[in-house]
Amino acid sequence: MARMSMIEAIRSAMDVSMERNDDVVVFGEDVGYFGGVFRCTAGLQQKYGKTRCFDTPISELGIVGAAIGMAAYGLRPCIEIQFADYVYPAFDQIASEAARIRYRSNGQFTCPIVIRMPTGGGIFGGQTHSQSPEALFTHVSGLKVVVPSNPVDAKGLLIAAIEDPDPVIFLEPKRLYNGPFDGHHDKPVTPWSKHALGEVPEGHFTVPLGKAEVRRAGAELTVLAYGTMTYVSEAAAADTGIDAEIIDLKTLLPLDLETIVASVSKTGRCVIVHEATLTSGFGAELAALVQKHCFYHLEAPITRVTGWDTPYPHAQEWDYFPGPARVGRAMIETMEG
Amino acid sequence: MAGSSTGNGPLQLHVPEPSVRPGDQPDFSSVKIPQAGTVERPPVDVDPRDIRDLAFSIIRVLNRKGEAVGPWAGSLTDEELRDGLRDMMTLRAFDARMQTAQRQGKTSFYMQHMGEEAVSCAFRKAMEPGDMNFPTYRQAGLLIAGGYPMVDMMNQIYSNEADPLKGRQLPIMYSSKEHGFFSISGNLGTQFIQAVGWAMASAIKRDTRIAAGWIGDGSTAESDFHAALVFASTYQAPVVLNIVNNQWAISTFQGIARGGSGTFAARGLGFGLPSLRVDGNDYLAVHAVAKWAVERARRNLGPTLVEYVTYRVGAHSTSDDPSAYRAKTESDAWPLGDPVIRLKNHLIVKGLWSDERHKQAEAEVMDSVIAAQKEAESHGTLHSGGKPSTRDMFEGVYETMPPHLRRQRQEAGV
Repeated sequence: MARMSMIEAIRSAMDVSMERNDDVVVFGEDVGYFGGVFRCTAGLQQKYGKTRCFDTPISELGIVGAAIGMAAYGLRPCIEIQFADYVYPAFDQIASEAARIRYRSNGQFTCPIVIRMPTGGGIFGGQTHSQSPEALFTHVSGLKVVVPSNPVDAKGLLIAAIEDPDPVIFLEPKRLYNGPFDGHHDKPVTPWSKHALGEVPEGHFTVPLGKAEVRRAGAELTVLAYGTMTYVSEAAAADTGIDAEIIDLKTLLPLDLETIVASVSKTGRCVIVHEATLTSGFGAELAALVQKHCFYHLEAPITRVTGWDTPYPHAQEWDYFPGPARVGRAMIETMEG
Repeated sequence: MAGSSTGNGPLQLHVPEPSVRPGDQPDFSSVKIPQAGTVERPPVDVDPRDIRDLAFSIIRVLNRKGEAVGPWAGSLTDEELRDGLRDMMTLRAFDARMQTAQRQGKTSFYMQHMGEEAVSCAFRKAMEPGDMNFPTYRQAGLLIAGGYPMVDMMNQIYSNEADPLKGRQLPIMYSSKEHGFFSISGNLGTQFIQAVGWAMASAIKRDTRIAAGWIGDGSTAESDFHAALVFASTYQAPVVLNIVNNQWAISTFQGIARGGSGTFAARGLGFGLPSLRVDGNDYLAVHAVAKWAVERARRNLGPTLVEYVTYRVGAHSTSDDPSAYRAKTESDAWPLGDPVIRLKNHLIVKGLWSDERHKQAEAEVMDSVIAAQKEAESHGTLHSGGKPSTRDMFEGVYETMPPHLRRQRQEAGV
């Protein structure tokens, strides 16, 4: 075991994967010599050489398109889009190609690629360094979508994603890179070294895709969250004193419906929390599933606490970000409902 | 005229128009066609900077008399030339039968290659087993010339019970890993950069296999085209990047994709790519240039961009009527002629062929296509006979079917 930040855990996942399998290649903008703008690939080029870890031209569609070709050849590219906000130029390659190649070729060609991208706000990133575009990917058949919330999961899920035979969108909440964040932005941030989930095995291990985890067991209501919002929800539970069961979904597609249904069937109440905008966000899918599968257990309407339906603003960061106060209010309302 | 170059009049948007529209007299006098045999054949390790003029000329081997002339001649044996003619004739007969099958309602859709047969048929013969093409929907010659069974192509077109793609894909979106033919996508241009990635992978693994990307003149306007050129150049990937300039993108003449502002081949020059322009209706020239580019790639000398100058004789697809936007007799006026007739004449000049043998070969080719069609139709057509199962619809989205798809399959009752 070693103490790792989320950045170090992600780097370690790639290191372990590259060491074990020569077919794993890592590339993206500033990923090679420099080691990435967030340091997630630091040292990999020195260790594995320029043909295993390298810099690319600034072309997101080029990065993803080239990776798809490499995967068709037989490699396992683990590529980086510098910010999730900049994935859109590659959207055609992801949705029309990566997600469908296995299906349309009846398995002759496959696309075992991982597309890593820093996501989420809470860092004064403004409109193009804060977005949470997960719902755009969960709507695409053939993709898997993962959002880790801590170093242990980040490493285990990333290794699992690299070893997975299908294309995986791997969204890394950049707000959590250096330490957990519960939305109390006025308090100093604690580093991962002071958190239990910052203890990460050094070698190879995986955390299975498609499995959620109960972060806080509770009896009164269920909170469905992922990424940064798991900590915000924990803070809201502590602040309100509500005995909430907080589920970290980890993988959004395919979704661990079993864990969700078991929890809501027990508590009878459900609050869904995500940073992404409300309308047609992933929370809508969660709400519909809970409604369908837990209808007779529900004692209150399912509530969603999310980012507003606006572009992510700069100065109004903490009015936009669904912090513990807003989540807490929703929990109280759901208890009263 | 408002807005002269020196005046301060209102600005005016320029929208290019083809010089000829329906009802007009076709005119290709502005297309500069150099004489066969006049363009140099540089060594494959040439510095791309030294052959920039090749992007503005047209490499041609067959002259008007049907003789093979100049430095690009001689890449094929007599036997290979006869095979080439048969491949092109087969593709043409295949097209004719499938076009009719679509009119008969046996399939929903088809796209012909009329006039472009030489490009994919000859290129395929320059590649080797293990190499990978990333084709568009108009390179079925790669399959025909590569020996892929016609009956499997037809099974795919009919979406029948023997369809290798289980009825999931629109007709003609073939896929055959074994035959070096990457799965065709409906999204234009996407495969151009994927070809570069495949080639990079081969280089990363210190392999000797190479890739070829394919794109049409219209799709060069897609961002993927640009990405492919940057990546190919940056990493010197072992790839041949093929642009098939057939003058038309559905109803849009090549000037809308800014053909005529230079050549499509010339776009490679800004990326430092050796860029060649070839007579796409000259089987010998296509093969010779393909061989040159393939050898460059295989010898780790880097990528090559090739523009094939040809003409789309047929409709864009079975859903298209070209008489609505171009002159009916335009293909007759096309100065590079017909690839099948030109190779036929060459074989006759060489004493390897005759009009009688050609007629006989046409009959043989048609017989083989009809036999394949009968076999394919015994497995069903789109609306009658055997079909892929509804269960197959849910398979292959992922390697292992996730729970939500299992639930939906149950809900569908299969």
